[in-house]
Amino acid sequence: MGDFDRQAAAALYGGADAGDWFSGARRASRAAWLVSDWPGRKTEEWKYTSLDALESGSWLRVPPHASGGVDHRIAGLEADYLVFRNGRFDAEASRVEPVSGLQIHRLADAPEHLRERFGSIASGTANPFAALAACWTEDAVLVHLEEGTIAPRPLCVVHLGDDAAAGCAWAQRLLLVAGARSELTLVEHFPGGAAAFVTGLTEIDLQPGAQLRHIRLQLDAEEAVHIGGVHVDLRDASAYRGFVLATGSRLKRLDVRLRHRGPGADAALDAVYLARRSQLVDLHTTVEHESPHCTTREICRGIVDDEARAVFNGRILIRPGAQKTSADLSNRNLLLSDRAEVDTKPELEIYADDVKCSHGATVSRIDEKSLYYLQSRGIAREEAEVLLAFGFVNALFAGVELAPVQALMDAGLREWFGSRAPEALT
Amino acid sequence: MDHGHMLSIRNLGARIGEKQILKGIDLEIKPGEVHAIMGPNGSGKSTLGYVLSGREGYEVTGGEVSFRGKDLLAMQTEERAREGLFLAFQYPVEIPGVSNMEFLKAAVDASRAHRGLEAFDAVRFMKLARETCTRVNLAQDFLKRGVNEGFSGGEKKRNEILQMMLLEPSLAVLDETDSGLDIDALQVVAAGVNSMRSPDRSFIVVTHYQRLLDFIVPDVVHVLAGGRIVRSGGRELALELEEKGYAWIEREVV
Repeated sequence: MGDFDRQAAAALYGGADAGDWFSGARRASRAAWLVSDWPGRKTEEWKYTSLDALESGSWLRVPPHASGGVDHRIAGLEADYLVFRNGRFDAEASRVEPVSGLQIHRLADAPEHLRERFGSIASGTANPFAALAACWTEDAVLVHLEEGTIAPRPLCVVHLGDDAAAGCAWAQRLLLVAGARSELTLVEHFPGGAAAFVTGLTEIDLQPGAQLRHIRLQLDAEEAVHIGGVHVDLRDASAYRGFVLATGSRLKRLDVRLRHRGPGADAALDAVYLARRSQLVDLHTTVEHESPHCTTREICRGIVDDEARAVFNGRILIRPGAQKTSADLSNRNLLLSDRAEVDTKPELEIYADDVKCSHGATVSRIDEKSLYYLQSRGIAREEAEVLLAFGFVNALFAGVELAPVQALMDAGLREWFGSRAPEALT
Repeated sequence: MDHGHMLSIRNLGARIGEKQILKGIDLEIKPGEVHAIMGPNGSGKSTLGYVLSGREGYEVTGGEVSFRGKDLLAMQTEERAREGLFLAFQYPVEIPGVSNMEFLKAAVDASRAHRGLEAFDAVRFMKLARETCTRVNLAQDFLKRGVNEGFSGGEKKRNEILQMMLLEPSLAVLDETDSGLDIDALQVVAAGVNSMRSPDRSFIVVTHYQRLLDFIVPDVVHVLAGGRIVRSGGRELALELEEKGYAWIEREVV
C-alpha cells in the first residue's frame, strides 16, 4: 500500500453526488476503486512500473477554472477543436463547424445510446485507474459520427493545463462512436503545460466498415503523472490506424486495448515513446482477436536516455475461432545511456490453429555500421549517434500523413534532442 | 601541393580478428593521379579502403600511411574524412528517418568547420545539393528521402558520388562502385568521377572488372592478391587481366 490516499482520491470529484444520469456509474466506480488492489511489484501488470511519482507527490486538489491564454490549435491544421482546460470543457474555445451526421455532446446532454456505450468499451479492465477515471468523471465529450458520414476535417481534442493546475488531478474522458462506413481523423493532443496528475479513458467504437485515423500526442509536462487508457472495439471490416507519441512526465502509463469483434477488421498501431532524466514510461498494449480474418500490425519504438526507464508489454490474444488472423508486433528500443533501462515483453497467446503471427523485441545501442558510415563522412561520433537516434523514431513519423501534425512532432523531437538535434531542412 | 605525394603507404598490414588480410602493402599516389586496384575476391581490396578510412574491427598490424604529409593512422575516422579522404562504399548503409539532405549538410558542415570555413546557410546548401543531385542524374526527391532508404543499387552508388561531389575530397577511394550497375548508371558514375579529376585530387578505383576503366582511365593499375600488391603497370595491365583472368597472376605469385 502506498501513500496515495485512496479515500481522499475517491471523494475528489462527484461530491454532493452530482445527481446526474452518471451518478450511478460513478458510485459503482468509486466502490471498485476502493476495493481494488493497489498495484505493486507483485502485480503482474505493474511489475516494472513504480507508482512512486504518484505516491510521493500530493496531487489531490481540484484545479481552478481557467480560460483563455494558450493557443490550443496545431499550427496549420484545419480541424474542429474541442478544448479542455484544467480538465474542464471550454465551450468558448471549442469550435466545431456543423457537419451533418456529426454530433458532439457534453456528458449532461448525451443521448441514451451514447450513455449506454460510455464506460462499456473500457469495461473489464483490471486497471484500477480506469475506475478512478470513471469516479472522477464530471465532464466529457461524447461524439457520434452517424452511419456513412465522412468527416471533412480532423477532429482535434486538446487538453490544456496551466501553472495553477500544478499538483492538481483530474480525469480525461472521451467516447467516439463511429457509425457504419463512417470516416474520421481524430487527434488527441496533450500539449503539456501543467505538472498535474491525469487519469484518462478514451473509448472508441468502430461500427462495421468504419475507418478511423487516431493520432494521440501525449506531450506531457516533465513533472506530470499521466495514466491513460485507449480502448477500441472494431466491428466487421472496420479499420483503426493509431499513432501514439509519448514524451514527458515523471510517470506515464498508457494502456491501449484493441478488440477485433467482427470479421475482417484491420488494426495498425505505431507508437513512439521517449524517456529521459528519471522519467518512467510504460506502454501496455493488448490486442484481442475474437473474430476471424482480422489483421493487426503494431510497431512500437522507444528511446531511453539518462537514468530513465521504459516498460513495454505487447500482448496479442487470439481466441478460439479467430482463424485466418494475421498479427505482427515489433518493439525496438534504443538505449542512449548506460544507466537507462528497458523492460520489454511481447506476449502471444494463441488459441486458434490457422493464424499467422510474429513478434519481436529488441533493446540495443546504436548500430555500429551506421555510425561508421556517418563518421566516414566527417560527422563526429556523438553527432552521428544523435542523428541515428533521431532517425530511429522519425522514420515512424513519416506514416502520419497530416503535414501540420508531422511538423509538430518533428519540432517536438528536435526539442527533445535539444541543441544536439540535426538542423531542420525542408 | 606542398608534398610530393597524396598518399604514401608503406608495408601496411591489417587483420580482422585473427585473420591477417593485408600482408604488406606499398603504394605511392601523387596528386592528380588515378590508381586502379584490381584483384580477385578476397584479395583484400575492400579491406584496404576500410583500413584507410579507419573502420573499427580492422586492426593495423604494421606499417605507415601518410596522407598529405600527415599520419593517417593516428586519426579518428571522422578526422580522416575532414582531412579530405572519402570512401565510396560498396554497400552504402540505409538510414531511415534521417533525410539525405540533413545528412549531407551535417557532413559538409563538419568538413567546412574543420577547414575554418563557415557553415553554408540552409538555402544556399539546398540549392547546391539540388544542382549536384541533377549532375548524378538523381531526382531531387532523393534528397528528402531517408539516407539510401529504399534506393536501388544504382541509386545508392550515385548517392555516393553525390556525397563525393559535395565533400570535394583530396583523395577518393571508390570501392567497387561499378558493381551492380548497368551501363547507363556506370556512365553517370564515371562522368561524375571524371568531372572531379583535377591536378590536386587523386582517386583509388577498386574494381573487380576492367569495364569501369574504359570510362575512368587510370594512370596506374595495381593487382592485389593475397594481401599484397603483386603487380603494377599501365592501363594495358587491366586489359591483360580481363583477357587472362586472375588465375594467371595468382599462379605466378605463388
